[in-house]
Amino acid sequence: MTAETLLASLQLSIPELILAVGAMALLMIGVFAGEKSTSTVTGLAVAVLIIAGLWLVLKTGEGEAYGGAFLSDPFAKFMKVLALIGSITAMVMTVGHARSAQIDRFEFPVLLVLATLGMLLMISANDLMSLYLSLELQSLALYVVAAINRDSIRSTEAGLKYFVLGALSSGMLLYGMSLVYGFTGHTGFDEIAASLTTTGTPSLGLIFGLVFILAGLAFKISAVPFHMWTPDVYEGAPTPVTAFFAAAPKVAAMAIFVRVVINAFEPVVVQWQQIVVFISIASMLLGAFAAIGQKNIKRLMAYSSIGHMGYALVGLAAGSMAGVRGVLLYMLIYMVMTLGTFACILAMRRKDGENVESVDDLAGLSQTNPFMATVLTILMFSLAGIPPMAGFFAKYFVFMAAIEAHLYALAIVGVLASVVGAYYYLRVIKVMWFDDAKGEFARTAGELRLVFGLSGLFVVGYVLIGGPLGNAAEVAARTFF
Amino acid sequence: MTDWPVLSAVTFMPLVGVLLLLLTREDSAYGRRNILNVSLLTTIFTFAVSVYIWYQFDSSNPGFQMTEKHEWLGTGISYHLGIDGISVLFVVLSAFLMPFCVLASWLSVEKRLKEYMIAFLILETFMIGVFVSLDIVLFYVFFEAGLIPMFLIIGVWGGKDRVYASYKFFLYTLLGSVLMLLAIMAMYWQAGTTDITELLGYNFPREMQTWLWLAFFASFAVKMPMWPVHTWLPDAHVQAPTAGSVILAAILLKLGGYGFVRFSLPMFPLASDYFAPFVFTLSVIAIIYTSLVAMMQSDIKKLIAYSSVAHMGYVTMGIFAANTQGVQGAIFQMLSHGIVSGALFLCVGVVYDRLHTREISAYGGLVNIMPKYAVAFMVFTMANVGLPGTSGFVGEVLTLVGVFRVNTWVAFFATSGVILSAAYALWLYRRVIFGALEKESLKALLDLSGREKAILYPLVILTIFFGVYPAPIFDATAASVDLLVNNYSAALQAAQNVALSVQ
Repeated sequence: MTAETLLASLQLSIPELILAVGAMALLMIGVFAGEKSTSTVTGLAVAVLIIAGLWLVLKTGEGEAYGGAFLSDPFAKFMKVLALIGSITAMVMTVGHARSAQIDRFEFPVLLVLATLGMLLMISANDLMSLYLSLELQSLALYVVAAINRDSIRSTEAGLKYFVLGALSSGMLLYGMSLVYGFTGHTGFDEIAASLTTTGTPSLGLIFGLVFILAGLAFKISAVPFHMWTPDVYEGAPTPVTAFFAAAPKVAAMAIFVRVVINAFEPVVVQWQQIVVFISIASMLLGAFAAIGQKNIKRLMAYSSIGHMGYALVGLAAGSMAGVRGVLLYMLIYMVMTLGTFACILAMRRKDGENVESVDDLAGLSQTNPFMATVLTILMFSLAGIPPMAGFFAKYFVFMAAIEAHLYALAIVGVLASVVGAYYYLRVIKVMWFDDAKGEFARTAGELRLVFGLSGLFVVGYVLIGGPLGNAAEVAARTFF
Repeated sequence: MTDWPVLSAVTFMPLVGVLLLLLTREDSAYGRRNILNVSLLTTIFTFAVSVYIWYQFDSSNPGFQMTEKHEWLGTGISYHLGIDGISVLFVVLSAFLMPFCVLASWLSVEKRLKEYMIAFLILETFMIGVFVSLDIVLFYVFFEAGLIPMFLIIGVWGGKDRVYASYKFFLYTLLGSVLMLLAIMAMYWQAGTTDITELLGYNFPREMQTWLWLAFFASFAVKMPMWPVHTWLPDAHVQAPTAGSVILAAILLKLGGYGFVRFSLPMFPLASDYFAPFVFTLSVIAIIYTSLVAMMQSDIKKLIAYSSVAHMGYVTMGIFAANTQGVQGAIFQMLSHGIVSGALFLCVGVVYDRLHTREISAYGGLVNIMPKYAVAFMVFTMANVGLPGTSGFVGEVLTLVGVFRVNTWVAFFATSGVILSAAYALWLYRRVIFGALEKESLKALLDLSGREKAILYPLVILTIFFGVYPAPIFDATAASVDLLVNNYSAALQAAQNVALSVQ
């Protein structure tokens, strides 16, 4: 590698470099200043993420870097912006809760920055090696974050469970990669695709490899049947951490899922399409039915996110330009809805400072806190996919792609599952509006109000701003076609 | 013609009222007064604009008028509004009934008045939006969005079993509608557009029409509602507050019928022809069966709810007779039922506000103390029965004539429904109004107040006016209905010719 190519590579990955250097600098500050520096480190971490995001939007060009292992294209940019917004928002939401959730350690923001770095690299990965390394960077940070409340049994259990199952899935992913490398002789996505095109019918070994890779990736987006960790981790982890888990890592994992199947395995579309259709249907159904009996709102949101990943995969199953565009919009809208909902969940704090997590604790919220109740109602209708909320358009575009690809069974199961899913979202609304108040929540912190207010505004206002967002997604999706 | 976006104005004007309501406070009698005044003025103003639209409407033009079109969401969906003879009167009806709903809620809504009025005004926007949409996705958005405020209205301000009723209402209608959504997408990929004006001119292949028709039917049949998917309606009606029942019966039920006329019949003529006997069967069962069920009800609202299902049977029957009389009659019947059933629910509301029960057995002999109420209730009962001279008669007779031209047996059985409707409606009237005034609880009741007179008398006048002189309605609808029926017959004829030439 000559100096010029190295320089060009570095230039393409400046946002990532900012995060890497920033994370190390923050670690230094934390170590030398001690525990009391938490709020400073958090503030600086947000600043680092914002700088990286600005550089990404304003300055970063497009092209391949590091010998094709890293790719900067419109698709990567779109997803990176989403991931950064998710991380920044989640970090902002922790500010007021760090103490009560016992996550007020300076390591926490540093780990989140490292996890975000992993996500950005993963979104840009164009090679099985860089995919694996970035995925592990993200995951290792997340395992620790899940267990960061060391004094809570539930939190440590969540962290351990996440780690064990995550390690298993990483193993499967690696095994699949080695098979794919063995049968194609390449690790780069473009080379794999080229080799598959020339060989014609894929060998059995390659298909095995494909299945293992998809299983590993399905674990990261928590699609059925690799979803088991999600409800426990969501429930066990401190709520600010759950808010982080639910948004940005899902975006990054979905991005690499799309890139792997649409880019590397494009020639064997028939093979992966049936896998994606299956996990999509299974996720939608499980997300709809299993959530019905949940009383803890974090568990409910865990099943809801499983279902939503199923819907996003509907677009991917179509394997078309319209499908990828649908997935991109779906992830965007899903992320905004999820962050807003978790902001509301974080605001569920009694006057004595105790955080509550049961759906029934929301009883009568429309009388005690009409603003939050209205926003949460809007978000719930949106998650259920009722027009004119943004969630409807998210579903509309992915199902549109499925119908175009003649995946009628998938589409019909999907919309019926959305009706079942509507039931439990309605239950949250019912508790807030139809039931009598049992107690009041403490005053909502300003940053949470800002987050859920903006989220609600976005969800309602999507009918007005959907055009430019759709165009941006279209540009990003065109990368592959 | 007008150069300002009058349809957008009428659709979104209620939202202006919502913004004003957000500025009000409910904590005093004065604040309450403000909320009511703002709501009433908004609805009256919206109604005035809708009347202006009717006045400006050129009834000799069968196509769409006052159209507005803008790109929306950048994916082929457009924000396209327009009205023709079929939709214009539904816009007027929706806007017309809203002030009455506000008046009917003047005293009866005691808690959370502000949210209540906001929900109603948002609902009005969505209802009018359904009728003026000329893009099928936009139509769907408005069509489904109406569920949200109605769910909250039933659930928050409803009766004892309101939670069950609101869930049932929401999930039933949603289940029907999602299949229609898939059909809409399939139509987009087939025809390459979601614009209703272009879809009306597109010939879908016969095989595809069948599936599309069934998907649309699933949605509209639930919304109508047709037997056997009508069971959400009695629950929703009984639990909803008075104004909610009025809107439900008068307008939300019409969305199904409007959908049949706007989409099923003109876009899928071959399938409509193929399924017509199926619809006739369901309609006749609905007319006879639900009339019998209505007779046995002990709850006034439930009785009227079942009678609504029976009357919607005439509408579906008339639409799928697919001739001028049938379709004209169906539209007239929908409009007339909108006024009459709305008025009947308002009548129930009048006595419910006084006694807080809807049990028929709790009443009796009201004529002795509430003569004015008895007269108004009588006019609406007669209109519900379909007595000549009331608006109910015109619609029923026309749909029966239309069906008679297609299938005499269907007409025969449907006519028996007229007798049954007389039986339940008159029996209800006798039990509530006539007889001796024996119950102690009834003796102190007052006759209609000034506000209630203002609600009921205009509706009495309209019921009789359109019964005697229905021409204004037919003038508005005739050209569009003729075009619809001609296109329908032409499509069937063309398909037949193709079939013949193949043989």
